[in-house]
Amino acid sequence: ACKTEGILILWIIRLLFSKTYKLQERSDLTLKEKEELIEEWQPEPLVPPVPKDHPALNYNIVSGPPTHIITVNGKECINFASFNFLGLLNNEKVKSAAQASLKKYGVGTCGPRGFYGTFDVHLELEERLAKFMRTEEAIIYSYGFATIASAIPAYSKRGDIVFVDEAACFAIQKGLQASRSNIKLFKHNDMADLERLLKEQETEDQKNPRKARVTRRFIVVEGLYMNTGDICPLPELIKLKYKYKVRIFLEESLSFGVLGEHGRGITEHFGINIDDIDLISANMENSLASIGGFCCGRSFIIDHQRLSGQGYCFSASLPPLLAAAAIEALNIMEDSPDIFQTLRAKCERIHKALQGISGLKVVGESFSPALHLQLEESCGSRENDVKLLKRVVDYCMNSGIALTQARYLEKEEKCLPPPSIRVVITVEQTEQELDKAASLLKEAAQSVLN
Amino acid sequence: MTDLKYRLAPASEMSRYCFPNNAVSGDASRCVCLIDSSTVEEINHIVHNGGLYKRPFNEAFEETPMLVAVLTYVGYGVLTLFGYLRDFMRQWKIEKCQNATEREEQKDFVPLYQDFENFYNRNLYMRIRDSWNRPICSVPGAKVDMMERVSHDYNWTFTYTGRVIKDIINMGSYNYLGFAQKTGACQEAAAKVLSQYGAGVCSTRQEMGNLDKHEELEKLVARFLGVESAMAYGMGFATNSMNIPALVGKGCLILSDELNHASLVLGARLSGATIRIFKHNNMQSLEKLLKDAIVHGQPRTRRPWKKILILVEGIYSMEGSIVRLPEVIALKKKYKSYLYLDEAHSIGALGPSGRGVVEYFGLNPEDVDVMMGTFTKSFGAAGGYIGGKKELIDYLRTYSHSAAYATSMSPPVVEQIITSVKCIMGEDGTNIGRARVQQLAENTRYFRRRLKEMGFIIYGNEDSPVVPLMLYMPAKIGAFGREMLKRNIGVVVVGFPATPIIESRARFCLSAAHTKEMLDTALKEINEVGDLLQLKYSRRRLVPLLDRPFDETTYEETED
Repeated sequence: ACKTEGILILWIIRLLFSKTYKLQERSDLTLKEKEELIEEWQPEPLVPPVPKDHPALNYNIVSGPPTHIITVNGKECINFASFNFLGLLNNEKVKSAAQASLKKYGVGTCGPRGFYGTFDVHLELEERLAKFMRTEEAIIYSYGFATIASAIPAYSKRGDIVFVDEAACFAIQKGLQASRSNIKLFKHNDMADLERLLKEQETEDQKNPRKARVTRRFIVVEGLYMNTGDICPLPELIKLKYKYKVRIFLEESLSFGVLGEHGRGITEHFGINIDDIDLISANMENSLASIGGFCCGRSFIIDHQRLSGQGYCFSASLPPLLAAAAIEALNIMEDSPDIFQTLRAKCERIHKALQGISGLKVVGESFSPALHLQLEESCGSRENDVKLLKRVVDYCMNSGIALTQARYLEKEEKCLPPPSIRVVITVEQTEQELDKAASLLKEAAQSVLN
Repeated sequence: MTDLKYRLAPASEMSRYCFPNNAVSGDASRCVCLIDSSTVEEINHIVHNGGLYKRPFNEAFEETPMLVAVLTYVGYGVLTLFGYLRDFMRQWKIEKCQNATEREEQKDFVPLYQDFENFYNRNLYMRIRDSWNRPICSVPGAKVDMMERVSHDYNWTFTYTGRVIKDIINMGSYNYLGFAQKTGACQEAAAKVLSQYGAGVCSTRQEMGNLDKHEELEKLVARFLGVESAMAYGMGFATNSMNIPALVGKGCLILSDELNHASLVLGARLSGATIRIFKHNNMQSLEKLLKDAIVHGQPRTRRPWKKILILVEGIYSMEGSIVRLPEVIALKKKYKSYLYLDEAHSIGALGPSGRGVVEYFGLNPEDVDVMMGTFTKSFGAAGGYIGGKKELIDYLRTYSHSAAYATSMSPPVVEQIITSVKCIMGEDGTNIGRARVQQLAENTRYFRRRLKEMGFIIYGNEDSPVVPLMLYMPAKIGAFGREMLKRNIGVVVVGFPATPIIESRARFCLSAAHTKEMLDTALKEINEVGDLLQLKYSRRRLVPLLDRPFDETTYEETED
């Protein structure tokens, strides 16, 4: 008994001494030394210099509206680069609806939704979107990028698990980063890989069931992937959802207004009950030719974003003229559902015509209106690939077809896609123009790559 | 004058309201404070610290009276108890649960929301929910039309009666210079551009979305701010959250003000840099953090920091305070760090020609490394901008998340900004811009002074058009909003979590479009409601000035 008490006393003395040692270290520097350190410290420049010929620095200047016939850098071309899938950018009815709204409300809303920034147009647009997508409720954001980037962190917090496809777009990646959850990437469109990850998580859960009961799980996928033009296998995902009890968040920016008999997106394309998807998010900047984004789903889910969606609560609401333009675009989509068939036919046509170009391969589904053309063989470095593709694009621009390379932030992307040329198909392009584009690309590939 | 001693005191110590006594520009001014009616003490005005400030800086945050604080806590306590009771009743089905619920097929999934997360939402927020999200149906100018809505189940659901309440005096919209108009030069120009260009753009800046209009806007904004170059983005929130990560990364240090906006906090978090918070507008706290950072380096490894970025706002929208920019710039220069100034509320609203907080203090825009602002408030449009040196903007054009992935700005919105900036600068050939900036300054001074005379506790700087009036108690939040609406005045009330739990407030946003009659009507009603709800907490009531007419020049304020 004496021994243990002695050891205890020695331990306490040791602890007492070790504490004072740490304190002494911090106050060891004299005032003069501190001032010297402050004098000597040299920060890096705020930004490193950017070389003048950086490919992303010199923008194309579009004079006039970016519609079907577009004037780029002074040259008139046919537009194969803007995501104006349904040709609604130049539609007279849409413009006159926006004009009427401008005359009634002015331009800006001067406040967030909570503080006199909710206009009747916003409420109407939300109702219309919910009705169109056949969900209970919809919520509008004023910026397409911010839609999914605010929706994900509203539900998924630190400690939750999110399974996301490798090819997810940058907005989803930022949403995931803001949520601080555990991110598990599965190979693009590979359901077997996803199931493997889910099974692994299941065995983890069995080790710690108490924690598993409060850990939420989500799968985030896109309807049509922006980076690869592929469609996601939604029916298999639904099966996995119910088997492993994971919620699905679906990003439909490219597939809204494109897939499905009436343009309702991938759920209509596959004939899936929309209530099986927990949250559908899309931006209104592609098919609807406006600005902003929306999320739709059951009220139980969507209503939560009205207080927790950062891009919704802390930002000014969408200008009413853009909301009115979106409503009119929805009207047109509902009145003429045959444009979706037309668009799909055009996509198939050019997809076929672009096959067999030596040196370039087509990446994307045959019914996807946003395709990628990648180099069959890389030159070795990404920089050289980009330069080569630029020459192809310039050749086409000089001959009257406006194309662009797909732009990425190379250091920020989790899984950087290879450099590619983006080809966008719209309903306004005639069949002659589609054939012209295909033959021009063949020519360009021949002259540049051989 | 020269034998007066200067001392630097943070705003938090200025718990007494001071008003300058014969303030003369450029010289020391003496500040007379009434502690209680019997003693008068002189404190040197803190602001003329080494000649950094060229004008008096009057900011006050009166302390919460003790009785009020206690009663507020009691109020929240009672509400919490009732909340638990109601939750209990709902759980045992004694009371009908009106919350939306999970699908039957997904009842065995992990619950999406934790019960406690939503406690505040269900039991406190729901009671006064009608103060927010009020739908309007006209241009958000000085007077606005609101759609009438009623609730028959205590705010769980709303129905619209179909009637419109007309001509409510709008003290909630951020319309500082009155550019929210449905007629006039701005609207006509926007209409023309809309018919020519359409509403959307359908592409990103780096791909095919860079219109000639965007280039024109950026050159104009750079000229307006007095910087080399500028870049515009489609959303003010996104301007912060997407560009701060491009500027700083791991190994850098961000020093952010306590009360910074959610977009700045999100941008700082997404960047991956280390974040340290300094007390609100407190220059000693900032200096201490800067010293510690440079002397001790990064935690554990002791490597020197790559760069230090200070994040401040021009006007803080919940406090109504203005950043102490001359001192921040002096500190930034001494410790070789970079300054990111978010002028969301101050651009257009401060300064003799509306150029923002930099002009207000008479400083050089080149001293601010990154000048950020939004077009939503003073320009009646939407979007944000960043201005600075050419290298900075070139870098952002290449590496900003928004340039590569987000759709560019809509053309009619761009045109509205171009026209309004030209109007403010006077380049449209009229005097409207200058007149509005002055009108806003007059309105601000007048309104703040009258409220203080009435005896309300008003936070913030004398010159800030954002006027927070303290309510404190939870029941008064809802009551104030409803009473003011009955009297046809629309106000914004804010509570937890936007403010600390006991410091709920009503926030007035003044506008150049408010005429003196509108302000007088509003003040009369506020006075009435203040008496009705017993909101006149201030113990340092100002002696009311003799009633004198508005005079044109109010930038050198002389009071006696």
